[in-house]
Amino acid sequence: MPAPQCFSCHAARAALRRPRSGQALCGPCFCTAFEAEVLHTVLAGRLLPPGAVVAVGASGGKDSTVLAHVLRELAPQLGVSLRLVAVDEGIGGYRDAALAAVRRQAARWDLPLTVVAYADLFGGWTMDAVARSTAGTGRSRACCTFCGVLRRRALEEGARLVGATHIVTGHNADDMAETVLMNFLRGDAGRLARGGGLGSRGEGGALPRCRPLQLASQKEVVLYAHFRRLDYFSEECVYAPEAFRGHARDLLKLLEAARPSAALDLVHSAERLALAPAARPPPPGACSRCGALASRSLCQACALLDGLQRGQPRLAIGKGRGGRDKEGPPGPLPPPPSDPESAPGPAAGECGAACKERCE
Amino acid sequence: AGDAFCRDCFRAFYVHKFRAVLGKNRLIFPGEKVLLAWSGGPSSSSMVWQVLEGLSQDSAKRLRFVPGVVYVDEGAACGRSREDRAKTLTDVRQILQTLGFPWPIVTLEEVFALPPSVLRCSAQDPVGTMGTYKVAVDSFLQQQRTLAAEGLRGSPSSAQGEEQPSQPCTQDSQDPVGPPPAAQTEALSQLFNSVKTLTAKEELLQTLRTHLILHVARTHGYSKVMTGDSCTRLAIKLMTCLALGRGAFLAWDTGFSDERHGDVVVVRPMREHTLKEVAFYNRLFAVPSVFTPAVDTKASEKASIHRLMEGFLLRLQAQFPSTVSTVYRTSEKLVKAPRDGCAAGPRCLLCMCSLDVDSADSATAFGAQTQDFSQTPPPTPRAKA
Repeated sequence: MPAPQCFSCHAARAALRRPRSGQALCGPCFCTAFEAEVLHTVLAGRLLPPGAVVAVGASGGKDSTVLAHVLRELAPQLGVSLRLVAVDEGIGGYRDAALAAVRRQAARWDLPLTVVAYADLFGGWTMDAVARSTAGTGRSRACCTFCGVLRRRALEEGARLVGATHIVTGHNADDMAETVLMNFLRGDAGRLARGGGLGSRGEGGALPRCRPLQLASQKEVVLYAHFRRLDYFSEECVYAPEAFRGHARDLLKLLEAARPSAALDLVHSAERLALAPAARPPPPGACSRCGALASRSLCQACALLDGLQRGQPRLAIGKGRGGRDKEGPPGPLPPPPSDPESAPGPAAGECGAACKERCE
Repeated sequence: AGDAFCRDCFRAFYVHKFRAVLGKNRLIFPGEKVLLAWSGGPSSSSMVWQVLEGLSQDSAKRLRFVPGVVYVDEGAACGRSREDRAKTLTDVRQILQTLGFPWPIVTLEEVFALPPSVLRCSAQDPVGTMGTYKVAVDSFLQQQRTLAAEGLRGSPSSAQGEEQPSQPCTQDSQDPVGPPPAAQTEALSQLFNSVKTLTAKEELLQTLRTHLILHVARTHGYSKVMTGDSCTRLAIKLMTCLALGRGAFLAWDTGFSDERHGDVVVVRPMREHTLKEVAFYNRLFAVPSVFTPAVDTKASEKASIHRLMEGFLLRLQAQFPSTVSTVYRTSEKLVKAPRDGCAAGPRCLLCMCSLDVDSADSATAFGAQTQDFSQTPPPTPRAKA
């Protein structure tokens, strides 16, 4: 049976049906609609004011590729300038190939690219080294936890290097939905209270971060990349299969089969959660070692690295304060479970890992 | 919990939990009329049993409210035949007769006769009253199968003079004379068949059942309704509501007390008992229960959001044994205030919660679901299946 007419231009044959509304659209009309929606998100949420220098977290994967492409299209309208920042975690056989894709993109789009490496920033600790250190110390590999936290820090450093005023990442609606599920399953009330917005305003000296693709479903991101013929890297991170996020992701796929609007419904729920004041996290202070934003005396990155140096890689993971008490006085409220796997900056992409940044 | 219990200690622990939940929340007053919503399943049977034991003369600190039990026959929604339903009803009656409380049995078909006033939230009662009586509306009471007014405490709206029950009614049994009229059963089947997804069917059933039970409570002067949701069931319900977009209302859907209907408050005393504990208790102490097939019996696991969440949580629980209790603890941290503090908005017609919609121009998930950017003049509303 022939495809129906495009709903929008009534000229071409439709090429797809949008998951959220069942509308039949042809390729170009879909792309236009997609871009218009991202523009609306940015404008209505006032995410990127004119004159901003925007650091795009680019991993070479589909989400960050689409993000960079769309923002590049919209940049004149928004009055912002873009810089690409890529993070090299030092995962052999995976990250090098992804970085090659990023370099090709930077060349094609003529955007400045900066690469920051864990090895340089964090005293020689690459992810492979971290993985070796944390191997066999628990039910699931903890290296994804490290990767997430450290990547967030690395992105921030890279953004400062290029003089950016805002950081954007390519998290899509499915990522946000998975994060909500994970936070509930882990009882992380602190993150539930903090999450649900469009990004953080940047307290205490951290750069404001946002996620313009947050309301776009993953399917549409892939379709957009297809119709615009974008070149991206789509393999799974080597350490991916063992993360907790995999459970949430499987669940989300099943939920979407039962009800297609499930991802956005979850995001809507998260936006509207009302948590008791006692459950909310205390306002953050500064890390005593590096000055970054921290809920306790040490920021998570310093705490994790500390653990690594001391040969106790699980020091800063999980509940309880363990040997961290030596660092400073305990806070007024019991610390929330310090499991960064369920942070508001979820990762997605094929890897299913818990790391907080895009690893595509 | 991973503790080992002997039979007597387990019983003490179980009963203590039940009392503690009631006592901690201090919502049930002595002499108050409380309606127990019994589905025949293990949790609600256990709850009814607890109440029965708690009222008996010899229990320490006996419970001091006045209970009644209601059973809703939902066979029409599940497509069961008349014979099956009659058979279940016999089993049900057998159990109910031994209880000694008043026990109206209602069929889901009666939902069609509910007056529109059930959809209006009536004003909150002042605390501590013995229950006020909502004025019952005529159309329901004039039905043939009307549950006649009991001799106690004046029935509501005696202005309508419904002494008219066609069957003699004793204190204990207020049974419908026969099965409900076929036309209504047909109408109910049609309603449920017109709903395309199992998810929506389950939600519809819950809404209708809630309204019906509340109406029974109102017409008989009950000011509280107790439902037997266990900890496990509530954790599943929490995650399901989250996935359905009901994040704003989780505190009402899964909290201890749910007072959005105004005069009748729904209370969940079994919320600290896990299904496992309930199962053990029922087995050890021979609590009677009746199995009735429900809308989702024998449905595949992927058929509805409810089933998916149930399967998922129970499987995860096997791997991470604290999953259910963690989710449940999170539910305890939820409060009933709307996030931005404006409570006096319009309410949803079906579930009586304040509407949680945003203006279409906002950068939120709701905005994304209701806008349309494909350059056609009117935005098309999204219809959920």
